[in-house]
Amino acid sequence: MLQIARRFFGRFRVNLIVGPLCKFIEVVFDVLTPLVVAAMIDEGVTHRDLSAVLYYGGMLGVFALVGIAFALVCQKMASRASQGIGTDIRTALYHHINEFSYAELDRFGTPSLITRITNDVNQVQLAVALAIRQLIRWPFLAVGSMIAALLINVQLGLIFLISTPIIAAVFWWVMSRSVPFFREVQARLDRIGLLTREGLSGVRVIRAFSREAHERKRFRKAADDQAAVAIAVGKLSAVLNPVTFLVMNLAVCAILWQGGQLVSVGSLSQGEVMAFVNYMTQTLLSIVYVANLVVVFTKASASAWRINEVFDCTPSIIDTGNTKVELPNAANAVAEEAANLKAALAAETAGGVSALAAEDAADPVGSAPAIRLRDVSFTYPGASAPALDAVDLSLMPGQTLGVIGGTGSGKSTLVNLIPRLYDASEGAVELFGTDVRSWPLAQLRHEVAVVPQTASLVSGTIRSNLCWRWPDASDEELWRALEVAQAADVVRALEQGLDAPVEAGGKNFSGGQRQRLTIARALVGEPSVLILDDSASALDFKTDAALRRALRELSAARAAEGGLPFTTVIVSQRVSSVREASLICVMRRGRVVGLGTHAELVRSCTIYQEICTSQGEEVPGAEERLRAQGGMGPAAVQPGEVVPGNAESAPGATSAPEAPASSVLPTEEVTDRA
Amino acid sequence: MPNPYASTGSVATVTSSIAGGSSSGPNAPGGPGSLAGGPVLSPATVVRRLARYVRPHAGLFVVSFVTAAVSVILQLYVPIQVGQAIDCIIGTGNVDFARLGAIAVQLAVVVTIAAVTQWVQGYCINRLSFRAIRDLRVDASEKIGRMPLSFIDAHPHGDLISRVVNDVEQIGDGLLQGFTNLFTGVVTIVGTLVFMLSVSVPMAIVVVLVTPLSILAAWLIAKLSNRSFATQQRIQGNLGAHVEEYVGQQKLVDAFAFGPRAEERFEGLNSELYVAGERAQFLSSLSNPGTRFINNIIYAVVGVLGCVCVITGWPAPLTVGGVQTFLSYANQYTKPFNEVTSVITQIQIAFASARRIFALLDATEEAPDAPDAVELVDPRGDVAIEHVDFSYVPERPLLRDICVHARPGMRFALVGPTGCGKTTLINLLLRFYDVNAGRIALDGVDIRQLTRRSLRAAFGMVLQDTWLFEGTVAENIAYGRPDATREEIVAAAERAHADSFIRALPAGYDTVIGEDGGTFSQGQRQLLCIARVMLTDPAILLLDEATSSIDTRTELQVQAAFDQLMAGRTSFVVAHRLSTIREADCILMMRDGRIIERGTHDELIAAGGAYAELYRAQFA
Repeated sequence: MLQIARRFFGRFRVNLIVGPLCKFIEVVFDVLTPLVVAAMIDEGVTHRDLSAVLYYGGMLGVFALVGIAFALVCQKMASRASQGIGTDIRTALYHHINEFSYAELDRFGTPSLITRITNDVNQVQLAVALAIRQLIRWPFLAVGSMIAALLINVQLGLIFLISTPIIAAVFWWVMSRSVPFFREVQARLDRIGLLTREGLSGVRVIRAFSREAHERKRFRKAADDQAAVAIAVGKLSAVLNPVTFLVMNLAVCAILWQGGQLVSVGSLSQGEVMAFVNYMTQTLLSIVYVANLVVVFTKASASAWRINEVFDCTPSIIDTGNTKVELPNAANAVAEEAANLKAALAAETAGGVSALAAEDAADPVGSAPAIRLRDVSFTYPGASAPALDAVDLSLMPGQTLGVIGGTGSGKSTLVNLIPRLYDASEGAVELFGTDVRSWPLAQLRHEVAVVPQTASLVSGTIRSNLCWRWPDASDEELWRALEVAQAADVVRALEQGLDAPVEAGGKNFSGGQRQRLTIARALVGEPSVLILDDSASALDFKTDAALRRALRELSAARAAEGGLPFTTVIVSQRVSSVREASLICVMRRGRVVGLGTHAELVRSCTIYQEICTSQGEEVPGAEERLRAQGGMGPAAVQPGEVVPGNAESAPGATSAPEAPASSVLPTEEVTDRA
Repeated sequence: MPNPYASTGSVATVTSSIAGGSSSGPNAPGGPGSLAGGPVLSPATVVRRLARYVRPHAGLFVVSFVTAAVSVILQLYVPIQVGQAIDCIIGTGNVDFARLGAIAVQLAVVVTIAAVTQWVQGYCINRLSFRAIRDLRVDASEKIGRMPLSFIDAHPHGDLISRVVNDVEQIGDGLLQGFTNLFTGVVTIVGTLVFMLSVSVPMAIVVVLVTPLSILAAWLIAKLSNRSFATQQRIQGNLGAHVEEYVGQQKLVDAFAFGPRAEERFEGLNSELYVAGERAQFLSSLSNPGTRFINNIIYAVVGVLGCVCVITGWPAPLTVGGVQTFLSYANQYTKPFNEVTSVITQIQIAFASARRIFALLDATEEAPDAPDAVELVDPRGDVAIEHVDFSYVPERPLLRDICVHARPGMRFALVGPTGCGKTTLINLLLRFYDVNAGRIALDGVDIRQLTRRSLRAAFGMVLQDTWLFEGTVAENIAYGRPDATREEIVAAAERAHADSFIRALPAGYDTVIGEDGGTFSQGQRQLLCIARVMLTDPAILLLDEATSSIDTRTELQVQAAFDQLMAGRTSFVVAHRLSTIREADCILMMRDGRIIERGTHDELIAAGGAYAELYRAQFA
């Protein structure tokens, strides 16, 4: 809370001082009221003086008016300061979150960030308002009443000094014991929610296995548990009101008895006894409020702590590049590449895949590679093993890189380094010859377009979603992107076309449609590098193939116009998606275990052969071998091993059919996360 | 500092009384479907049906109401006794100690009894309400368990969960506790009135006439602030939606360098929120000082009038103690009114919740097994699907005239575009849904004539949507056979190629899987579900995209285990990957709810139809 206060309270200094001050004045008048009534009785009634009664009555009225005047000023100050501070915190927090790189986002997780920027800020806001409005009022009223009572008569005031701490202690006792219980009740309630959700999401499995009775029993137990804890906490809370009521009224009894003695000897008046009784009531009321405030502030300080945690986290990726990077002169550097592409396209239309290798054979010289990874390693924060281990590769403009491997092999991590979503732990990532850390972030991310694994859109229209990278794209450009992304039909089928509404997350589109729209989104604004991070997985094979073809055509067309053809990175688990790539990078446990064209890898890389075989792709020689082994995973190939030469002579080809545990891919995932 | 991550949500109920504007309204009424459509239950019906849940605790119910009445009346008697005591203390040398002593003792006894009864009341109502809502909750949950799948598929799960969790909680707070508060509130109002009249009729009339001013003030302020609250809520909702959407996809925002534009939008909403929030908060914060002001004025008026009565004896004689009594009453009298109004809102919310719960409890359940349903014993796995038509909604037929005859041990592969009805067929086989026309027979018996339990026991099923529950890995694997030994579980995991990663877990097979499957990858979750089926010994196997999230190398290994499992068993496999289904005895190519081609892989390739086209597309 202190840190938040230091940072955000300054602007509202006036409100924060004037507000409580006004509240204090109001309280002073409240404390004086019983004294005025006492005077009314003692001077008015005892002396049968009607004018004194009216005089003091008038005074009460004036007190009330002054009180509300000050109270209104205080409330205004409180609402201004608290809402203002809340607004400032939200803006600062949102800005800060936007500075975060993936590493920080991973650390907090987005749901947690959402809670912090909404609920937690609201909690702090509420606490500020209550601090101004009530934190002053109730403690001062309690203390003021006690002081006033002591001023009237010290001996009688002692009853206050005894009973008030007792009441406060009862409150402390009950609340300190019940608040943790409340959490427990909430936790049990959450469990009931969890079981209900499980019962709904798993309804098919539960019914298929006829385990309904078991689920009923689990739920019943959870409900019993919840009721038991709730009853226990209720038992505790039920003590609070009766005990404080009892203590207070016994104190009143004592005041009356003791007061009688004092009045009898003339050291106290009847009106003053009444004032004492009234002060007692006021004190109790104040303690009740103070106790409630404690709860609010406990919650708010937890919220403030969570907000601070975000502020204290400095983004690991800082936009250090301040000079715009010149892209290579497209016209001459790429002319050769364009020619290659055309040749490749022509060859492909003719039906030959092998011709594509020609594209690679003519290695374009004289220009910087579009993407160059120099011995790049990357370890996720807190992970023991690196997610990427000494990856080294280079890709020329206009080429296509295919990245293939099992889940958790580091494919996505690799491509996330290109637009600097993470920074490499070791080594360097270069884009068109310039280290990505020297690129201005905005320009870098404009040049590199990413189609993420999960296809999601934001609420708005098709147009507003497509214009994410480039706000002023024309309709023509949008349609072109849609055509390439195989999404034009989807949009054409919509009545409002480009202006058709998109619901949050793009829920009103199917997975495949969403996927194609996100591809189109990445294509708008002419990126130089396109990264498809396993984004074709929701597409059927036909559409996937058509997409890749359209991308090649687009690139060729752009090169033919003298522009920079775009470089594509395709991450996939499917061999069919990457087989035509200029360069295929086979990943396993964060290492590159094979690098080359399909034709090369199919001959030389055991892992690649296995992947091919498992997908029914033709692998010369390998299939028979696999069949012979009863279809089981053959290889005890060590990671990082690129098997040279003929597959038949590869080590491990003759090893036992049962794959050793370590070669089962899911294991990698566990170690990745560890 | 307490653990800042701990949930403190429930404390809100304690603090809401002073939070003023913490407006967490009731949940928006239910989603679409049959739950919203039914007739609105009358309040009397709602109360009658709730009474059913209170009846088992009738003793607690009676005790809590009797003690509530006793406690309230005794508490109200206190100001009168204090007044009488003060009348004993007139001045120097003029104190009636005998009477004062008696009154003090009496007062001590009264407050003790009041405190004890208040405690008993709190204890009883607490016990009663939590037990009653537990029963209600169990009923609601079990009701969901008896609903047909069409219902569960058609209703947003969040809505159903909210009914079981939040609505039931609302009923506990509102209807059970609320009713007691309403009762004590009314007793307080009536009791105060009676006591005041017993002391002084004219003064009582004055108090009764002026107190509504305070209530009026509170009402006016509430009315004023409600509108601005609604505006604030709306903008807060927009802001929340923005955050939910953009922070929820912060990685995407990062990758597209969209941050500045998102911030612009956010700041626009945020400054709107400031204006609305400041206004709403100010207006609502007027309520306390406003009513306090009116109360202070009333206090002054009662004081002055009381003193006038004491001095002049007009319009009615009064003692100084009487003035004190009235000052107390005047101070307290508005409180029960405020409480009653807030309780009434709470009760209204609770009524809405109760209606939602009863709508759920009244929904039509899945038809029970036919009375003459037979137990399927030792199924052979002969599945005959005969002229089956099916649709989820009548306007859109999903399956049309499906005929398949699977003899024991045959392997069928279902192929076709998304939404062509492959998964639906599986729903029908397990009787999650019933066919609209035609019939499905297992070993020659219509499946509607079989008990669901024995029918479903004949099947082993792995779905694309993996389901793990909160429990250990071993419990999850043994879900279909709770009596399995650890050795059997491990063997099943080994066959599913899940053993190695399970062993790598911190507690191996005893690792507790958290909410939503915890940290397992989709592929690992699928392997666990496969192990679950490996452990059972079904006659028929249904695999619906069972290996879609497993990388192809592991899939190949799992497939080998499946081959073993499927040997001699009838199986139906839905898959996108043609390689996984090439081995099938019969491939069923589906489109638009019909089987358009059937045959082995080689036959269909030779025929050059839709399947061949699809197959070629893979290698295009």
